[in-house]
Amino acid sequence: MAREPKTSTTRKTTAAKKPAAKKAAAANGDDVAKQPALTISDEVAIEVAGMNKWYGEFHVLRDINLTVQRGERIVICGPSGSGKSTLIRCMNRLEEHQAGKIVIDGIELTNDIKKIDEVRREVGMVFQHFNLFPHLTIMENCTLAPIWVRKMPKSEAEEIAMSFLERVKIPEQAHKYPGQLSGGQQQRVAIARSLCMNPRIMLFDEPTSALDPEMIKEVLEVMVDLAGTGMTMLCVTHEMGFARQVANRVIFMDEGQIIEENEPEEFFLNPQSDRTKLFLSQILH
Amino acid sequence: MSDVTANQSNLRVLGGGIAPRPAPATTVGVVGWLRENLFSSLLNTILTILSLILLYFTVPPIIEWAFLDAFWTSFDYDGNGEIGRNDCRVEVLDADGKAINAVRGACWMFVAERWEQLLFGDFFKDGSLLRPTLAFIGLFIAVAPMLFDQVPGRNVLLLFAVVYPLLAIWLLSGTGIGIYYELVYLGLIVSILPFLFPHMPMREPLTKFARIYPLLAVVLIAASFFVSADGLTLVPGILTSVDTHLWGGLLLTMVIGVVGIVLSLPIGVVLALGRRSHMPAVKLLCVIFIEFIRGVPLITLLFMASNMLPLFFPEGYDFDKLVRALIVVVMFSAAYMAEVIRGGLQAIPKGQYEAADALGLSYWKSMYLIILPQALKIVIPGIVNSFIGLFKDTTLVLIIGLFDILNTAKLALTDAKWIGSVKEAYAFVALVYFIFCFAMSRYSIWLEGKLETGHKR
Ligand SMILES: Nc1ncnc2c1ncn2[C@@H]1O[C@H](COP(=O)(O)OP(=O)(O)OP(=O)(O)O)[C@@H](O)[C@H]1O
Ligand SMILES: [Mg+2]
Repeated sequence: MAREPKTSTTRKTTAAKKPAAKKAAAANGDDVAKQPALTISDEVAIEVAGMNKWYGEFHVLRDINLTVQRGERIVICGPSGSGKSTLIRCMNRLEEHQAGKIVIDGIELTNDIKKIDEVRREVGMVFQHFNLFPHLTIMENCTLAPIWVRKMPKSEAEEIAMSFLERVKIPEQAHKYPGQLSGGQQQRVAIARSLCMNPRIMLFDEPTSALDPEMIKEVLEVMVDLAGTGMTMLCVTHEMGFARQVANRVIFMDEGQIIEENEPEEFFLNPQSDRTKLFLSQILH
Repeated sequence: MSDVTANQSNLRVLGGGIAPRPAPATTVGVVGWLRENLFSSLLNTILTILSLILLYFTVPPIIEWAFLDAFWTSFDYDGNGEIGRNDCRVEVLDADGKAINAVRGACWMFVAERWEQLLFGDFFKDGSLLRPTLAFIGLFIAVAPMLFDQVPGRNVLLLFAVVYPLLAIWLLSGTGIGIYYELVYLGLIVSILPFLFPHMPMREPLTKFARIYPLLAVVLIAASFFVSADGLTLVPGILTSVDTHLWGGLLLTMVIGVVGIVLSLPIGVVLALGRRSHMPAVKLLCVIFIEFIRGVPLITLLFMASNMLPLFFPEGYDFDKLVRALIVVVMFSAAYMAEVIRGGLQAIPKGQYEAADALGLSYWKSMYLIILPQALKIVIPGIVNSFIGLFKDTTLVLIIGLFDILNTAKLALTDAKWIGSVKEAYAFVALVYFIFCFAMSRYSIWLEGKLETGHKR
């Protein structure tokens, strides 16, 4: 680990300091400059402390410390290979960490399968490549987990699925198969599918980076809308407009570490570390 | 760039004004098809002509033999008081132009006279042929709802399919399989139910039962070796018992083929999953099993089963010869099946496993709901290929003294009355095999088309 001591986390603000005042802005999500919902409770949704992960000999995540309050919306960015995906995949145990602890909604992630299943029921995840189930219709994609994991009656699951499909604006596609939908539509289905499990936390791993520009917009709209509901969101993305509009905090990662962590305005206007500056100069042209 | 602008200035708007015209006559209709497919090039034309010549020399003689010159119905033409190959003789001219008596066309009388033996072997000696006939009919009723999901009354039929194996065993053997195994079977059905129907009533107690079931099954099977329960069975004892050494012909082929097909698929799935397991012991066990079975010819395994298997069981514990053959055939095709299915599992992108995990589905649920449906669909051609191979390999049980349809036909040929009916016997057997194998092949193609759900990404 050859690195300058200065690059340890430069944390400027605490997330919880946002007042729960400007509720009105939540209603109209198209008010771009404002952040939609601002109710952040003191309750801790995610706590990561001293977490380390290795792939064999390769140290991917190094001493990660991160606390996320309920209702907070966090954007994680950083260069390719910096460990962003690995970090959020650790939060629902798609990847195992080797040291430190991760507590999600009060449940610590260990080897205990029961605990892992409990966490996964509360945490929704949206992937870069959608990962819809191609052999099932859109409706079946959305109702599968509620029926089999939550043991919900089919009719109720379908009702809920329909309401979320309406929310992501594709109710008319319910009986098609994923292969018959465009990329943007598929990603919106993937979001609806996660929401059908009524998760308390949503993880997004570059949800728009496999999409064409017109489709990026429709997916981001859905995500902005979701942010307006007060959902706790962790989002790996390079959509800086989205970060500005929605995030309470932006986290910058490099070489498996959290380098910098700040409010979006501060983060973009006044980055602290050299690496952040370099990254921003590359990404914002 | 000036030529680009020049080109652009030459552009005209062509929209509208052109009515659709029929395609040139030489590309459509019969003539078009012939041209396109048979005479599109010189090579193609030569091949077409060669094929026609080949067909000319092969098809007419076959039709003449099998249909035009054939004897279909049994009748004592030569009046010697019995039906035999001699009844098919007609007057023909030999090479020197002398008139002689010879069989010219196919003597299908052989099949007509011997169909009971060809279909059921020696079953008639101890039991009514109505029994295997009912078992055959039951098989088609039980299989229909599994093959086609549009069958009316599918749920009732599925229920029938679940109890069909016990029913068939009872019809064919006249006895049960012993109280222990019957309980094991019923327990299996009961413990699978809650898994198939997430909203059935009494699901909770049934899942609890499913959890202790494996232990229960082991105890029951162990008990069957040590605690005798002779004659105890759940099925009524109103039929005469027919020993399996009397089963033969198509009946035996079907018993081995169907049992092999029905059991090798689930066992193959379990082996394939086991081979990809993260638990080293499970993985090792599956690898050893698969590689051992695949490394040894079926015939060797059958020999081993008939000579060596008894060594592993308590003194005097006599395993039925047919059961031994069934065990070997099932294990053999399960090992091949496992490798076919593993290929399918490997073709499923990692994202599917992750999406299933992220939704909180347990390992078995994600396999059952997400991974296997996709993996099996991919390998349908491979699976059906194995099934067809298995169905035809059943004939190898000859070497441990069982008589499937082919060997029964050979046996029937040794009858003095029918000596010389080799062509008829083998043609009939080939036709029976072909019907079943071709049906499987067509079904798989139909199923693939049905499961197609739009283009892949
Ligand atoms: N299964 C694995 N085994 C070994 N190394 C891995 C594995 N998965 C990821 N890595 C390595 O870990 C590092 C972090 O990967 P990760 O996918 O988290 O990066 P990322 O920040 O999400 O990058 P990107 O923006 O390209 O998605 C990379 O160097 C990658 O090569
Ligand atoms: Mg990534």
